[in-house]
Amino acid sequence: MKALYFAWVRERVGRAEEELDPPPTVVTVGDLAAWLSGRGEGYALAFDKPAAVRAALDRVHARADARIAGVKEVAFFPPMTGG
Amino acid sequence: MASVRVQKSDFDPGAEAEALARGRTDVGALVTFVGYCRDEGGRLAALELEHYPGMAEEEITRAAREAEARWPLLGATVIHRYGRIAPGERIVLVAVAASHRGAAFAAAEMLMDYLKTRAPFWKRALRLGGGLEGWVEAKEQDDRSAARWSPAD
Repeated sequence: MKALYFAWVRERVGRAEEELDPPPTVVTVGDLAAWLSGRGEGYALAFDKPAAVRAALDRVHARADARIAGVKEVAFFPPMTGG
Repeated sequence: MASVRVQKSDFDPGAEAEALARGRTDVGALVTFVGYCRDEGGRLAALELEHYPGMAEEEITRAAREAEARWPLLGATVIHRYGRIAPGERIVLVAVAASHRGAAFAAAEMLMDYLKTRAPFWKRALRLGGGLEGWVEAKEQDDRSAARWSPAD
């Protein structure tokens, strides 16, 4: 699946997007965030406080317990500050 | 029915609002909200607005559909800018037409509350005198305002 990162999540991870191939044990958005945080210092910093990072699956807001099976695009980002 | 645009360029609020009522005889109320970039007492040089292309348009469209399902609207236009925006410049427009003012005011307020908390945009403040000041933090008050419209969530 394709992963996108925005705002300070993008800055900490050090990239705007990448292809991910998580193992089958990674089932939910929360699992994916935990798996990503083990990929390096920047990822660990980005996912340091799981509650501070929001996610979207195929461009729709998703909670940490949402399942990622079949999803093409996952995005992680801070709480939104538009308007 | 709602027109949703996410764009770098500025917009003309008067022309956008007028377009919702022009040539119609059923519109009795037209509410327009325009959000501007403040200078925070002279400390802010500009905002940099990052967005999630594709999802930004889709999320605003979902909010507009919710508003249309909730109130009898006759038209709505939402425009949100991205990129570098200086103090005094426009950031966002919400314009809503309806037969009566109650629906138009309420729908415009709901759309703005949703834009603040659900549309994927992030503001970064650039301070006068150089250095990046950093990402603007989300406000709890904005979450409380948005929660008024969705008691189930």
